[in-house]
Amino acid sequence: MGIDLPLIWAIIIGFGLMMYVIMDGFDLGIGIIFPFVRDRTDRDTMVNTVAPVWDGNETWLVLGGAGLLAAFPLAYSIVLSALYLPLVTMLAGLIWRGVAFEFRFKSDESHKPFWDKAFAWGSYIATFSQGMIIGSFINGFTVVNGGYHEGALAWITPFSIFTGAALVVAYALLGCTWLIMKTEGPLQQQMRAFAWPGTLALLVMIGIVSIWTPLIHPSVAARWFSMPNMLYFAPVPVLVLAVTYLMLRVLRGEPHASPFLLTLLLLFLGYSGLAISLWPNIIPPSISIWDAAGPPQSLGFTLVGALFIIPFILAYTAWSYYVFRGKVKAGEGYH
Amino acid sequence: MFGLTALELARIQFGFTISFHIIFPAITIGLASYLVVLEGLWLWKRESVYRDLYHFWSKVFAINFAMGVVSGLVMAYQFGTNWSYFSSFAGGITGPLLAYEVLTAFFLEAGFLGVMLFGWNKVGPGLHWFSTIMVAGGTLISTFWILASNSWMQTPQGFEIIDGRVVPVDWLKVIFNPSFPYRLAHMTVAAYLATALFVGASGAWHLLRGHNTQATRTMLSMAMWMVAIVAPIQIAIGDAHGLNTLKHQPAKIAALEGHWENKPGEGLPLILFGLPDMEAETTRYAVQIPDIGSLILTHEWGGTIPGLKEFAKEDRPNATIVFWTFRIMVGLGFLMLFLGLTSLWQRYRGSLYKSKLFLRFALAMGPAGLIAILAGWYTTEIGRQPWVVYGVMRTRDAVSDHSALAMSTTLGLFIVMYFVVFGTGVSYMLKLVAKGPGTFEDSREHGQTERPARPLSAAPDHIDPAPGKRED
Ligand code: HDD
Ligand code: HEM
Ligand code: HEM
Repeated sequence: MGIDLPLIWAIIIGFGLMMYVIMDGFDLGIGIIFPFVRDRTDRDTMVNTVAPVWDGNETWLVLGGAGLLAAFPLAYSIVLSALYLPLVTMLAGLIWRGVAFEFRFKSDESHKPFWDKAFAWGSYIATFSQGMIIGSFINGFTVVNGGYHEGALAWITPFSIFTGAALVVAYALLGCTWLIMKTEGPLQQQMRAFAWPGTLALLVMIGIVSIWTPLIHPSVAARWFSMPNMLYFAPVPVLVLAVTYLMLRVLRGEPHASPFLLTLLLLFLGYSGLAISLWPNIIPPSISIWDAAGPPQSLGFTLVGALFIIPFILAYTAWSYYVFRGKVKAGEGYH
Repeated sequence: MFGLTALELARIQFGFTISFHIIFPAITIGLASYLVVLEGLWLWKRESVYRDLYHFWSKVFAINFAMGVVSGLVMAYQFGTNWSYFSSFAGGITGPLLAYEVLTAFFLEAGFLGVMLFGWNKVGPGLHWFSTIMVAGGTLISTFWILASNSWMQTPQGFEIIDGRVVPVDWLKVIFNPSFPYRLAHMTVAAYLATALFVGASGAWHLLRGHNTQATRTMLSMAMWMVAIVAPIQIAIGDAHGLNTLKHQPAKIAALEGHWENKPGEGLPLILFGLPDMEAETTRYAVQIPDIGSLILTHEWGGTIPGLKEFAKEDRPNATIVFWTFRIMVGLGFLMLFLGLTSLWQRYRGSLYKSKLFLRFALAMGPAGLIAILAGWYTTEIGRQPWVVYGVMRTRDAVSDHSALAMSTTLGLFIVMYFVVFGTGVSYMLKLVAKGPGTFEDSREHGQTERPARPLSAAPDHIDPAPGKRED
């Protein structure tokens, strides 16, 4: 039947969301660590490491949303209206922290602490909401007559609260290792001290989610714990352990970029575990990417642009990171 | 909340959040192009005033841009959260258009914004200018796609309905739908006008306070050229836009003219003021000039257009509102024209920077462009009702199944948050403007290439609590 458009689109959207988690993850993480760093100049330095790039990071989230609407309009409408409230709180969090980037440098002294708080709180709320969104996505949605009719609060479950907390830890570790890479001196020392417990906490969180999900979702259990799947998927948990071990080792030395890269790898593994569990459903537990796909004319038209333009986007994004490479020193970076 | 239904709350929520959003893009679009011109002039003429103005306005731009991004983020998700049946029905068309906007515009803006705002000392002058151009280009491309999407909802074509959802048949027809060229031209020019009025008002404010510097004079002068040239163009585009709407959405034009029925043998009057009454089906207290309406709308003497009574009651937009929003926009448009003409006269007399009366006029017109933009959008969108996709899907069939409680909670949250966050942001912007352009210490020129302590500004970052206390 030629090219499988829904499949390609699922991969593109999956890629976009992963880019989002990775890139906005570390700048949200900086907001999460913020309350633990008291020194003003250190705080400024932290913000300055991401100021030139945060907007681009957030754009991946917009791509995820727009791509979903273009390729899977049914999924976009059901999932987004089911998750209305956590999405609104996520957006609220992103608004506060997004403007705080600018405002904390533009306000007069007496208001600075307020915008520092807005930056931190906004990051926590946005991250926690995203975590709950992932949790309730795993839990699935009941679709009746092409719409979502369950209560407005059905997304609050112990599991989704736990995934919310897990994501806070994950982003915090990303932010922390990003700062190890981008800063020096006492701030970097402090981040190194955080990275240790952070890594262990993340490992525990990943472990709990991996046990909890199959327990409440037999279909997920069947996916992982049947032959020969078990053999195919075994590398995922094994690699998680190996990466954690490596991470703890490099943290004992004088690392720069390696902890960040290892954290990325860890998140990527968690992400692929999630994909394995849910595949091929885009509205869990039962509507697949092929059922939810929009008209092929829409998918095809958008695909041409996506395949042509995404390489350029990656190229100039990389260039912009390159321009701002290297350690950020105290007092530099903002206008 | 106040006995409103979930549908009404959803509409208010959309209208409220987009009204805030559109203000920021309008300034973003205008300022980005203005910054390209300023930086170009600096590279070409090497007069420091252009560089100083560039750095001054790029700070204002940065705040404005951040607010545009976060308020836009809300919009991109609102289609799914609040208008889920619209999304699953028409997503096959609005989705790809939005996706193209993200791919071709948002990434471009975001990717080069960092270099534009923070990279003055990190890349060469040519590359820096290139980044500014890319950001400005991004804003214009963004306008292209989002207006294609909105125009398609106004004048849909190039699709079929299969299995209860829209399937695109001809993408060129979808994008270049009948109202699109007019809307694109009208909105882009509106953004330039609004920005020019804002920049001009800032210049006028400084001159009124005696800050008569090269920079403030240049600011005012450039802005007034823009207004003088562009305001008449905007009126011409608006006229053409209206004729186009008459062809495709006659009920909207009848509503915004307060026109109920044609009297035999009579031409169309131009109703200047009045109060269209939807119940009584008449326009009360009408102050009108006979026959001029025919001339404007049909460009011939005695021509007629359909009256509102020719449309079924449930297909009529609310004439009371659009009649007035339309008049606010047009009235402001003519005031802008008048401002432009006065500026030419003052320039000719050599008193552009001196006439207190003129400067006060320019200052008062500062927000006029933004108000006209809002009024114009209200006319367009409320005039489209009761349809969300004109003639194809009704607004009441588009809304998600949220309870009125959920809707009013989130609406309350948005209202409080938007006023606090964006209110503060706008006040920071105005304070920055009040501080005025300073002299930029260019470390490029001092042969310093590696990262100085303050790459972008010589002035302190925080805003002086007592603005305007400068002696120059
Ligand atoms: C005429 C132009 C125009 C109009 C009608 C709209 N926008 Fe907008 N939007 C822009 C022009 C723009 C812009 C100039 O491109 C912005 C302003 C600041 C910015 O970052 O880009 C932007 C930002 C912006 C962003 C953030 C982009 C980023 O992350 O960089 C999103 C997600 C949206 N918009 C979405 C929307 C939606 C869903 C709209 C309709 C309901 C909408 N905009 C109306
Ligand atoms: C360009 C992209 C836009 C799209 C796709 C769009 C779409 C929509 C949709 C889906 C609704 C809800 C249905 C309804 O009640 O009408 C709506 C309403 C509305 N929109 Fe737009 N719109 C766009 C741009 C704008 C802009 C830029 C404004 C500027 C202020 C605006 C102002 C409004 C208002 C005020 C309403 C509420 C009108 C009412 O309910 O009576 N829209 N629009
Ligand atoms: C004075 C002469 C003007 C005329 C005759 C005019 C005419 C119109 C008409 C007929 C519409 C509705 C089109 C539709 O719904 O299909 C419209 C919309 C609009 N107008 Fe104007 N206009 C004028 C001036 C202005 C000015 C000065 C501004 C802003 C600076 C402005 C901004 C807008 C905007 C933003 C819209 C909504 C977007 C659109 O549909 O294009 N207009 N105008």
